[in-house]
Amino acid sequence: MNKIVENKKLSENVVKMVFEAPVIAQKRKAGQFIVLKIDEKGERIPLTIVDSDAQKGTLTIIYQIVGKTTAKLSQMKAGDSLQDVQGPLGNPTEIENFGRVVCVGGGVGVGVVYPLIVALKKAGNEVISIIGSRTKDLLILEKEIGENSDRLIVTTDDGSYGVHGFVSAVLQEMIDKGEKIDHVFAIGPVPMMRVICDVTKPHGIKTVVSLNSIMVDATGMCGACRVSVGGKTKFTCVDGPEFDGHEVDFKLLSDRLKTYCESEREAYEKHRCGCDGN
Amino acid sequence: MKNIGVDVMETKETKEKKEKVPRQKMPEQDPKKRIQNFEEVPFGYTEETAIIEAKRCIQCKKPACIAGCPVDVKIPEFIKEIAEGNFIESAKVLKETNSLPAVCGRVCPQEDQCEKTCILGKKGEPVAIGRLERFAADYERKSGKVSVPAVAKSNGKKVAIAGAGPSGLTIAGDLAKLGYDVTIFEALHKSGGVLVYGIPEFRLPKAIVEAEVEGLRNLGVKIETNYVIGRTKTIDELFEEGFQAVFIGVGAGAPVFMNIPGENLIGIYSANEYLTRSNLMKAYRFPEYDTPIVRGKRVAVIGGGNVAMDSVRTALRLGAERAMIIYRRTEVEMPARKEEVHHAQEEGVEFLMLTAPVEYIGNKDGWVTGMKCLKMELGEPDASGRRSPKPIKGSEYVIDVDTVVVAVGTVANPIVPATTKGLEVNKWGYIVAKDESGLTSREGIYAGGDIVTGAATVILAMGAGRKAANAIHEYLSKK
Repeated sequence: MNKIVENKKLSENVVKMVFEAPVIAQKRKAGQFIVLKIDEKGERIPLTIVDSDAQKGTLTIIYQIVGKTTAKLSQMKAGDSLQDVQGPLGNPTEIENFGRVVCVGGGVGVGVVYPLIVALKKAGNEVISIIGSRTKDLLILEKEIGENSDRLIVTTDDGSYGVHGFVSAVLQEMIDKGEKIDHVFAIGPVPMMRVICDVTKPHGIKTVVSLNSIMVDATGMCGACRVSVGGKTKFTCVDGPEFDGHEVDFKLLSDRLKTYCESEREAYEKHRCGCDGN
Repeated sequence: MKNIGVDVMETKETKEKKEKVPRQKMPEQDPKKRIQNFEEVPFGYTEETAIIEAKRCIQCKKPACIAGCPVDVKIPEFIKEIAEGNFIESAKVLKETNSLPAVCGRVCPQEDQCEKTCILGKKGEPVAIGRLERFAADYERKSGKVSVPAVAKSNGKKVAIAGAGPSGLTIAGDLAKLGYDVTIFEALHKSGGVLVYGIPEFRLPKAIVEAEVEGLRNLGVKIETNYVIGRTKTIDELFEEGFQAVFIGVGAGAPVFMNIPGENLIGIYSANEYLTRSNLMKAYRFPEYDTPIVRGKRVAVIGGGNVAMDSVRTALRLGAERAMIIYRRTEVEMPARKEEVHHAQEEGVEFLMLTAPVEYIGNKDGWVTGMKCLKMELGEPDASGRRSPKPIKGSEYVIDVDTVVVAVGTVANPIVPATTKGLEVNKWGYIVAKDESGLTSREGIYAGGDIVTGAATVILAMGAGRKAANAIHEYLSKK
């Protein structure tokens, strides 16, 4: 069950994993996610499904090494198995022919926006992709996204590759030039999504974001993932993960994401020094 | 007058002479010690006390206790076996009608069921049926001589069960014994439903649930964990795959919040989340286990039910200096079992009655720091027959808190109804099912437990599973 086929670093701290999950591979649609748990003592973490191969029965995920669980995940090898994989969860992205769509991805969010790009292109949209990372070495999926987009703009914060600056500046420039944009998808770190929404809101361009809230069961049972959208409390796991970005309370999201910062640091440190026994 | 007085005294004396053996107590962990661990609070009867208690049962010809039991356990019969020292036999009798005796012996509200109708209770204290049930089931499990009930020859008919909680586990056992090919689909990574995610270790050790689940596997029941019905597969897809009947026992899993300002501040949990982290994910053993939990020092739990008691006692064990129950009525109206309230009081939980939160206050980082409350007074009885609380004007005050657990109930999880065409639900989203059979608005689909009734007890869910098992057996026998 859930045997790992490939676990390959795409950059210093971003990893692509392919593993067997035939039932989910048959069923999943763009925008959905899984919850995985590595072993008996592991925590449940949600990760967006980046790709799937129904024939081979495999799923692809892309994750960033940020703490103990993702560090452990990155050390697993082809042939190892994940103890638990649950899914597909969340609502699929509402894909239709919007016309001209801009897909913005930042950091590991580039992996999450990729399946949307593929699905949007397939639905007949003109897809313009803007992807960014801190520096050239951290950039992922440039080739794959390029192949599925009508236009691709790459940015790096430090200017080591592509456009020097943030993805939001590129989008702002497009709008300033009067380019027609019918729909925007923005997935990445919370500050990036917030800025993209600030850019599009004055122009009334519908902007969909995918939220990465903390989850436990991910089936609507616990409410750990609650967010405020349009002043109403929503559960990211069952009401989302995608929401109208102009309605999302990003401050609350970013606060709540910090809930376990200290615990996570403690666990990660103990893991790195080998004093947690696993 | 004098004579009468003597009379009374004499009667009393005769009574004392005849005074039967008192109801036997179960030894418990000392409250001061137990709040520092998650081990079970009561130790259970010894063989000697179990026999003494069992002998109190007068073996009524027409036992009223059985009528008080949702699954019709043959109470006098199993107690008689204990009285005679046949503990393994006793467990066998229990398991004829109850597939989870070790669980029921611990979490059933016996005081409202079998023990309420026990004839001894009319004049004195009822037989401790729950404690005896627990004793027999534990004895059998520890003896390693767990009996596997007889299983009928396979009839090749496939039944799917959504949810491995009390109702699902019961129906699975019943149908497997009748020769059905049973598969349980469980959304979480572990079977047991509320028994593993909700009820804490100190009230129901998880090893017991695991043993019960193992017992079902021995009957041939297949369990697919991480399988969310409605997401991984829909009920209609299960029919396409050859299942001939489906039972929905997914529970009333969605948490209720009060929709008051500040409720999304960090440190405010639903009871579901708080308990799931601690119980299912073993966050109380962080960092040995990877799931973290906020270890609050001033914890307020909103609500007066068993889930509230479980949450507040968990908070104490996680190191709370002040653990409070905030309830808008009084102790009399609290729906929690007396025993749970008593245990919480012994452990030092504060009970702030006639109090309701109206707003949460947070700091700049979004953490909860205070809870604005109103004092309440009781007015006229409401629809539930309980006197309804009314706020006292100008009674606002703030309680300092760093963690809050909202335990004011649950509602139906919409995933299954939303993905099953033609499945009728009521205005609260609960599945409409016939009382006697669990049959829903769709042929071949049955439902029971909290997803039908709203949040209730383990044993009622088990009773619903039992009825649906009979109904499915009848339905598929005709097919």
